Amino acid sequence: MGIAELAFYTFSMSTLIGGIFTVVSRNPVHSVLWLILAFLSAAGLFVLLGAEFVAMLLIIVYVGAVAVLFLFVVMMLDVDFAELKAEMAKYLPLGLLIGVVVLMQLMFALGVWDYSSGYEDRVAAAIGSGTNTAELGAIIYDEYILIFQLSGLILLVAMIGAIALTLRHRTDVKRQDVVAQMMRDPAKAMELKNVKPGQGL
Amino acid sequence: MIGLEHYLAVAAALFVIGIFGLFLNRKNIIILLMSIELMLLSVNINFVAFSAYLNDYVGQIFTLFVLTVAAAEAAIGLAILVCFFRNKGSIDVEDVNVMKG
Repeated sequence: MGIAELAFYTFSMSTLIGGIFTVVSRNPVHSVLWLILAFLSAAGLFVLLGAEFVAMLLIIVYVGAVAVLFLFVVMMLDVDFAELKAEMAKYLPLGLLIGVVVLMQLMFALGVWDYSSGYEDRVAAAIGSGTNTAELGAIIYDEYILIFQLSGLILLVAMIGAIALTLRHRTDVKRQDVVAQMMRDPAKAMELKNVKPGQGL
Repeated sequence: MIGLEHYLAVAAALFVIGIFGLFLNRKNIIILLMSIELMLLSVNINFVAFSAYLNDYVGQIFTLFVLTVAAAEAAIGLAILVCFFRNKGSIDVEDVNVMKG
């Protein structure tokens, strides 16, 4: 077994193990950490396939942003997770049944799958001899520029939506009132008192 | 030699794990969202594997777009979750019955 096979089996096993423990883990913080393991190993698989840019993007976007977002939400919300997990055993048989059925269907499809004739001629953007990132960039900014811009728009809408959903104006805290500060009159702000000796105010 | 079928098998298994997670964690929306992320990851593995073995870049480009939509979906989903938790004090899916749907 060569090093490529060994790397493939290692990465795929850790991807699957990370996935399984993500869904069965009792503590959601552990779930997020297993999810990070699954993403990192999938990035390893992508590197094995020669897709370095997508692999690094997976690490930056998923591990660096999405997983950390999950971690923040899990840790900030004060949720009784033991109660939520209590009914896990009830759904286990149904979930296993449907999982096994879908897996068998997918494996049957994999068993009889084959290339159609002449697929080599229908390649839209052939992989050349340059580096992965440079060639990908040339294609994205040339043929797929509109979809690329639209995906940026999706991210903008998602950002505005997330901010609009979670922003709240609390009324029970003291906050700075800039207008009141600027309209303050020195004559009214200070009062001079003539304090007589031996007496207080 | 590792063929395309190996990668497809890994992606299929990961997708089934995602579906299994949807059924197993019926009440916990956070784990539901993570299961959806796992399923999208398996789709990405399929795209990149086909891209590499068919010698075509379009699969990797579509992976970028799937990644974008997945990130946007996670952000919006978690924002709705935080909003819901603030109003109801729980993240149980069965409490989501305001609209009687």
